[in-house]
Amino acid sequence: MQDEPRAAEILPAVARFLRDTVTTDHSAHTIFQARVAANAVDLAAREAELTPRLNEEERLRLTQMLGQDGDLLSQNRTLADGLLEGRLSLDTPGMKAHLWATSMAKLAVDQPSYASYRRALKALQP
Amino acid sequence: MTTEAPHPPLADALAQLGGRLYPGLGAVSGLQRLSGGASQETWAFSFEGPGGPVPLILRRAPGARVSDLAAGLETEAELLKLAQANGARVPHVRYVLTPDDQCGRGFIMDRLDGETIPRKILRDAAFAGARTHLARDCGEALARIHQIDPHRLPDTLRAAPASLRLAELHRTYANIGRPNPVFALALRWLSENKPQDPTELRLVHGDFRHGNLMIAPDGVRGVLDWELAHLGDPMEDLGWICVPSLRFRVIDKPVGGFGQREDLFTAYEAAGGGHVDPARVRFWEVFGALQWGLMCSGMAEVFRSGADASVERAMIGRRASEVEIDLLDYIAPLEGATHAG
Repeated sequence: MQDEPRAAEILPAVARFLRDTVTTDHSAHTIFQARVAANAVDLAAREAELTPRLNEEERLRLTQMLGQDGDLLSQNRTLADGLLEGRLSLDTPGMKAHLWATSMAKLAVDQPSYASYRRALKALQP
Repeated sequence: MTTEAPHPPLADALAQLGGRLYPGLGAVSGLQRLSGGASQETWAFSFEGPGGPVPLILRRAPGARVSDLAAGLETEAELLKLAQANGARVPHVRYVLTPDDQCGRGFIMDRLDGETIPRKILRDAAFAGARTHLARDCGEALARIHQIDPHRLPDTLRAAPASLRLAELHRTYANIGRPNPVFALALRWLSENKPQDPTELRLVHGDFRHGNLMIAPDGVRGVLDWELAHLGDPMEDLGWICVPSLRFRVIDKPVGGFGQREDLFTAYEAAGGGHVDPARVRFWEVFGALQWGLMCSGMAEVFRSGADASVERAMIGRRASEVEIDLLDYIAPLEGATHAG
């Protein structure tokens, strides 16, 4: 389950920036913001391409581990509450692998160049 | 760094103050807003002094309202003076504003030469020499700050040891309201691994990291921005500078992306900071990583509410996931992976 704001919320902000700011202001700050906006478009493209499959994989893992079917948000709430209250832990079968897989899936969309992610990717290769 | 038209009343008020501080001189030049949140502002400017322009910084709260967590600007000025008296490198406080000055609350301090941008400090050739001893510089600076006699500290300083800070983190997570299993796991880990609060609380800078360290090619010139200073566990400061998100991609150098923990700890102990317990520092690293992650998560709401609807703000929200990987590296490391930490 990807974090927020969702790509669908970010893209209108990119459009607003292109329409209202880039066309009128060419300061160093705007050039910086333009780089951020380009990254946001890339992120949205990755989200559109990867998220349906990644979400389905996450949902199946959660259904198996929690023995509870449902939408991703409610499954994640059960998982997070269980971890917080100690009913679930790293000793729960499949937990560690699930948490790594899910965070890696988020990074694949959010920031695939993040150094710790690149290193973990290597460590996770069979 | 942004420039905006100086607020005319501020320029006028400063000119009047300059005339009082430097009789016959004191003209204001180069007034420029450097940064600031809703409650506090930082301005660069110069007063004309007997030997030419004196480069200065004004830190001020135009209104009276300051965040509950902020130490308050008068307190900040007091801490800078105490730190300097104890041998820490900090900007010299020149003047504390009074209501008669009509500049709001705050103080004026020397503007130090140097660099605060991590990319330059960690990559430019000009800082190659500094990088070899920055971790030791930091250990020494923190030792001098933590060694200030707690009885001499202003009584306006808030006491915030680990137990209180952890309760705050739990509340922050709950208030965001969106489930995050890795953050929940980290909160649980912190609760289970929380060290006993020290019997005597010490001055903690509270935000000792890139951006708040003025660094020159010869090393750390000054510790800036004491807004989050509080009484607490001094190991908090040693942990915060090692948080992975604050290493700026140089992940194999845990101390700010420029050094090793051993150098930080050794210099800290050698400068009289007291014994460093690595497990306690590790607790604060995990704490700091989670604190950073929750700050990122909170940006989704700041973006959505319209308080700051910029693309930049939205994208900070999507950096919370970076912290998940870092937290898992600490708490549930992969087999065979070298530890981030």
